[in-house]
Amino acid sequence: MNAKKLCGVANAKLNAFVTWTALDRTNLSAGRTLAVNYFIVAVILFFAQLLFGMIAATQFIFPNFLYGWLDFSVNRMVHINAMIVWMLYGFIGCTYWLLEDESQTEIVGLKYGKLAFWVLTIAVAVVVLVYLFIQIGAGNDTSLWLINEGREYIEAPRWADIGIVAVVLTFFYNVVATFSKGKWSGIAGVLTLDLVALAGLYVAGMFYMTNITHEQFWWWWVIHLWVEATWEVLVGVIMAWSLMKLLGVRRKIVTTWLYIEVALMFGSGILGLGHHYFWIGTPEYWLTIGGFFSALEPIPLVAMVVHAMYDAGSHSFKNSNHPAVAWIIAQAFGNFFGAGVWGFMHTLPQINLYTHGTQWSASHGHLAFFGAYATINIAFFYLAIQHWRGDVWMSGGAQNAWRWKWALGLLNVGVVGMTIALLIAGYEQSFIERAVEGSTWSGYFSAQNHPSFQSAMVWRWCFGLMTFAGLILLIWDLLTIGKGETRKMAVVDAE
Amino acid sequence: MNENPLWASESFWKKVSVWVTAGSFLILVVLTLDSLSQTEVGGKRVQAYSVINKKIDYIYQADLHKFMPVIGETELLFGKEFTEEEAEKLVTLGKKTTQAKNCMNCHTLLGNGAYFAPDLTKAWLDKGWLSKELREDLMIKFLLDPENNARTFGSNRKMPNLHITPDEAKGVVAFLKWMSSIDTNGFPYNFKTIYATEE
Ligand code: HEM
Ligand code: HEM
Ligand SMILES: [Fe+2]
Repeated sequence: MNAKKLCGVANAKLNAFVTWTALDRTNLSAGRTLAVNYFIVAVILFFAQLLFGMIAATQFIFPNFLYGWLDFSVNRMVHINAMIVWMLYGFIGCTYWLLEDESQTEIVGLKYGKLAFWVLTIAVAVVVLVYLFIQIGAGNDTSLWLINEGREYIEAPRWADIGIVAVVLTFFYNVVATFSKGKWSGIAGVLTLDLVALAGLYVAGMFYMTNITHEQFWWWWVIHLWVEATWEVLVGVIMAWSLMKLLGVRRKIVTTWLYIEVALMFGSGILGLGHHYFWIGTPEYWLTIGGFFSALEPIPLVAMVVHAMYDAGSHSFKNSNHPAVAWIIAQAFGNFFGAGVWGFMHTLPQINLYTHGTQWSASHGHLAFFGAYATINIAFFYLAIQHWRGDVWMSGGAQNAWRWKWALGLLNVGVVGMTIALLIAGYEQSFIERAVEGSTWSGYFSAQNHPSFQSAMVWRWCFGLMTFAGLILLIWDLLTIGKGETRKMAVVDAE
Repeated sequence: MNENPLWASESFWKKVSVWVTAGSFLILVVLTLDSLSQTEVGGKRVQAYSVINKKIDYIYQADLHKFMPVIGETELLFGKEFTEEEAEKLVTLGKKTTQAKNCMNCHTLLGNGAYFAPDLTKAWLDKGWLSKELREDLMIKFLLDPENNARTFGSNRKMPNLHITPDEAKGVVAFLKWMSSIDTNGFPYNFKTIYATEE
């Protein structure tokens, strides 16, 4: 009875909230309705990511905070796993968003796609609850199948892995069947092949191995070949499509650029994988191959900056959605600095010997994931909300524009601030723990106890809070932007 | 579109992207096969599990300009000589325990993982275990009750109690000993082992 009452109240509150947002789903096509479902879950998981990041960052300063209840390992796992999952949700959402437009037909088998969304979302919810309330298991296969696999970024237990593969296959079917029924394009071709690779790679992470060298070898196939190859190309596709839509860039230009980016990205990123094979037991030739090819990886990222800036500039930044274009420009720079510059700084084995597995990696990880992948998803959230509101005006002179500008500022300054704080910690750690003290436990702790490390952790916390505040503002802005706007979206003419 | 120069032609770049991707991937597959065979358990780079019966050290090799694992004479673990199968079973238990307890989201293993707690690559050789006679007992005690046997080096950071059983603890120690014998191309650099300190 009480539970029933509670549900009733919750339901009423939820309905009141939905009414308050005044978002009208009839403005969206069926495919785009599914896309926004993915975006909604992505935003919720983004929030969870930062919440647990804040708890983990607090534990660096006060190690007893929640000790024994929510230990650092749990918080960090939720932090990074939520990140991976929300970004994948975002990418799937982006794909559904552009699918009908690009193929010029309705999505084939949409009802399976909808079902897959719910299956995936329920699975994710169960996985997170198990992470939080069961946390760990005994050292046997049952734990790895049901609780967590204990492998950074792809911690999800095996049952969920299998579910994820099934869902991704459904998604993939939607994509291929729709393009086949409608029409193929260069963008469609690259997108499809890239999704095959992205999904196939996940399978490389689904096996247990006692040989830790082999285990980490395959683990990096998933992580590296995702973020430095297939995800980058996926972003290239999404970017190409949005530059056409937002700025009216010619299809021929974006497609040619896309091929150039694919060649440069895969040409450097695939063998660049070797920068993770320096120290895990794998042969010495990886020092040369990994160092050389990963050092080339910034090149495509420079090309992407040039592309985005040139196109935006040559259209005098005239566009129909200012927040989205601002986030796309943030993507171009964030990707270049976070992945290209910060990655390059520690990618040669001569320096990586000292920086490997220090806060230096965390510094790079934050700027790269945020700069390359959070930004582009946020740009799409803004695109989606514009159409969901009924193609409202979102260019110059929009109401309450301070909100999106402040959210943009807080999020970017927050992440850059954390990155700098972590870089300082990383320098100190590489120097004291690694170079001077030779990586012993006591060396590790002398570096952790050093005043410059400790103050870096405090600064990271403060900038983390700024990031978190930025996200809260972003969510508020997404819920309200364009509400009450009567002007219609500015029209961009194709060249 | 014939007046289009080659470097600006869509079809040219399409071909380039396909060939570059296919070529890179092919090279990666070949190198992967080679790396996997060079890193089979029991090879030169990754030792057989029964290496846990031996003394393992990590010493600077002046001619190679790097640190290398050195496998010495017999130095039994838990006073027992393990056959290869027994050793594999124990190390497997240890490896699964490290995954089920989520060690990697505080520690790094072979330098990969989280940065809240020390690297475990050479944990078996760490001079923090005082002496080679005390080491095994200290490690087991620590794993069973890390809260009361904390080794925080003044950081206040304590490992939580992960409800590791005595058998699992033995497995973990065996796993750590085995992992310390992997040839990691000289990572970590300048590491002074428990033996170096004793001598
Ligand atoms: C958007 C693309 C990228 C993302 C999202 C990304 C993310 C990350 C993350 C999260 C890690 C830490 C992994 C761990 O937890 O152990 C890492 C490691 C690393 N990344 Fe990237 N990265 C990107 C691109 C690059 C590029 C282009 C380079 C090189 C030019 C690079 C070089 C490295 C290196 C050398 C490491 C190993 C660090 C270590 O030894 O601990 N990354 N990357
Ligand atoms: C509220 C803001 C944030 C805080 C306080 C925070 C805090 C943390 C902490 C404490 C860790 C563990 C580092 C360690 O093992 O020592 C971590 C790891 C990580 N975080 Fe965040 N984080 C925040 C936002 C973000 C954002 C926005 C992203 C990317 C979109 C991100 C991506 C990552 C990644 C990839 C790692 C793993 C890094 C590695 O292993 O090298 N975090 N974060
Ligand atoms: Fe990488």
